[in-house]
Amino acid sequence: MTSTTTLIYDGSFEGFLTAVFTVFERKLENVVISASATYASTSLFCTEIQVFTEKDKAERVWNTLVQKIKKKQYARIFQAFLSEQPGIENTLLRTIQYIFSCTANTANDYSHPDILAIAQITRKVHRERHRMEAFIRFEHTKDDTYIATIEPDFNVIPLLSNHFEKRYADQKWLIYDVRRSYGIYYDLKKVEVISFLEDTKLKGKISSKLLSDKEKGFQKLWKTYYTNVNIASRNNKKLHFQHVPKRYWKYLTEKHVI
Amino acid sequence: MNFDRIQEKLSILADAAKYDVSCSSSGSNRENKNKGLGNGHMSGICHAYTQDGRCVSLLKILLTNHCIFDCAYCVTRKSNDIKRAAFKVQEVVDLTINFYRRNYIEGLFLSSGIFKSPDYTMERLIRVAKKLREEENFNGYIHLKSIPGASDELMYEAGLYADRLSVNIEIPTVSGLKLLAPDKKFEDFVKPMEKVKTEIVRYQDEKKKSKHVPSYAPAGQSTQMIIGATQETDRDIMYSAAYYYKKYNMRRVYYSGYVPVAKDNRLPSIDSEVPILRENRLYQSDWLLRFYGFKVNELFTPDNANLDLTIDPKLAWALRNLQLFPVDVNSASREMLARVPGLGINSVLKILQARRFRKLNWEHLRKIGVSLNRASYFITCDSSQWQRKDLTASQIKHRILQNSKSKFQPMFSPQLRLF
Repeated sequence: MTSTTTLIYDGSFEGFLTAVFTVFERKLENVVISASATYASTSLFCTEIQVFTEKDKAERVWNTLVQKIKKKQYARIFQAFLSEQPGIENTLLRTIQYIFSCTANTANDYSHPDILAIAQITRKVHRERHRMEAFIRFEHTKDDTYIATIEPDFNVIPLLSNHFEKRYADQKWLIYDVRRSYGIYYDLKKVEVISFLEDTKLKGKISSKLLSDKEKGFQKLWKTYYTNVNIASRNNKKLHFQHVPKRYWKYLTEKHVI
Repeated sequence: MNFDRIQEKLSILADAAKYDVSCSSSGSNRENKNKGLGNGHMSGICHAYTQDGRCVSLLKILLTNHCIFDCAYCVTRKSNDIKRAAFKVQEVVDLTINFYRRNYIEGLFLSSGIFKSPDYTMERLIRVAKKLREEENFNGYIHLKSIPGASDELMYEAGLYADRLSVNIEIPTVSGLKLLAPDKKFEDFVKPMEKVKTEIVRYQDEKKKSKHVPSYAPAGQSTQMIIGATQETDRDIMYSAAYYYKKYNMRRVYYSGYVPVAKDNRLPSIDSEVPILRENRLYQSDWLLRFYGFKVNELFTPDNANLDLTIDPKLAWALRNLQLFPVDVNSASREMLARVPGLGINSVLKILQARRFRKLNWEHLRKIGVSLNRASYFITCDSSQWQRKDLTASQIKHRILQNSKSKFQPMFSPQLRLF
């Protein structure tokens, strides 16, 4: 029986890349990479190694990827990581090993099971990001900030900031991931990552006491518009649910009684 | 802002605009200038979806539903007894900006009933767009309707502020138009199209020489045809679509199944069903023309003026041309792969990438996402197993239909539905 080695990292992308570095450095085989938060020791015959995140090790792995494959392709590695799927670290590790082992650029070899899996999971992450670009609903507050709370399936906030910064350059806004307890805030100059203290944590939609005077008025107008563009004789519930699965309704203004 | 009054107007004028199916916000990469509000998104964003499954991407409203024309197929025709309303220019601007800031929409799609004269109406539409761009520094998407009969000067000005311009031809043939819209002349529809096309070509030429040419309708122009209001065949519709794509460089032609809005003996009865399946087949054909390298004459045979509703148009074409198949996925050209039923453009691209590394077999194809139920009759791959029997076209069609379940299945049944 060959024993497996488990590398435990802190859950960050840099930590993951450091773990990948460790695999190459120590020439490890039968290795599993696991985030400390999700790791539970299961086997008696397994060696555990704690990986401490080291920026320069992470950068060495990343720079090699940047040199070997195209921008779209290495972006996929990061995006797949954001999916937080159980075991994604190992799929990514095998992918990186495969890419590093070939002289040609094999990042588009969709006949390789791991490359295909990464392509498929990034598609899902992309879709979730796109859904957030579409379904985020800002509410205007008394202190002139537009606030939206979200609960995306994947950790897509890092992929959102560019889009919203470009688009809403003349208003203060905050997008907050309630499930992962952090968000991005734009103060008319730059976007910052923020999180609230435990007792002021946002848990769902923001309280209506905080909203500006006209906010409810515009929400009502939007709902009026939404109701009136529907063509009843073409009703297609199935398609509707397919486009807007119910788990997104919680934060959609048009789905609420105002 | 008087919210109650606006709400009443909005419900009337959104309701009147909903029969225009175009709601796309794609094709414009207008940038956010001087820290203003908004930008274009090249592939567009659908911010909401209605119960009928359609995308809501723009604030789609009429400026007014007062109209001097009496087109039979239209809800806002003069003779129809409905509530009328009109927005002020500032009201539309405020609605657009406030919806946009809350991420409800990508921008504005403004159309209008024709009041006083075409030029008077067009001028009002332009005023809204100009105000949004110049006073509010709004860089989101603006789609303006070109009013049939509007002057060339106004059409030029419209393109400076709008991302997309469109005129709906509505009835695919000139004779049908005469029957249903007696006040409108065919020439009035094409005149603004012609002008917009010329300006877009001019802009693209000048852009090569100088960076500072003001942009003109970056998302191009589009049009819409109503399906099933008159007796046009699918062939008539697709040929005129191909004509508009070619002659006026249309980005899109939309097909809108006729929703009965009036009792009129020139039109289908008021309780006839919306031809959703037919509309779907027309869109599939449209995609074949635009992305799959098909020519419009390949879609029809001399004795078939309508598309087969039970199968998609690509499969129908392949069954008529069985002598071209099977093709080997490991060597066939990109053009030929795109013509295989069951292979979409995405699968074609994946196959082209993947086959550089190894010969592909059925398992690879299945994992890539190829619809093998259809494709397996038309391809071979790195496997000794493939469809060897000399099946006839009707046998293949039968087998494919047997193994698949179309969401349109209930509509194939010749029996009357009782409930």
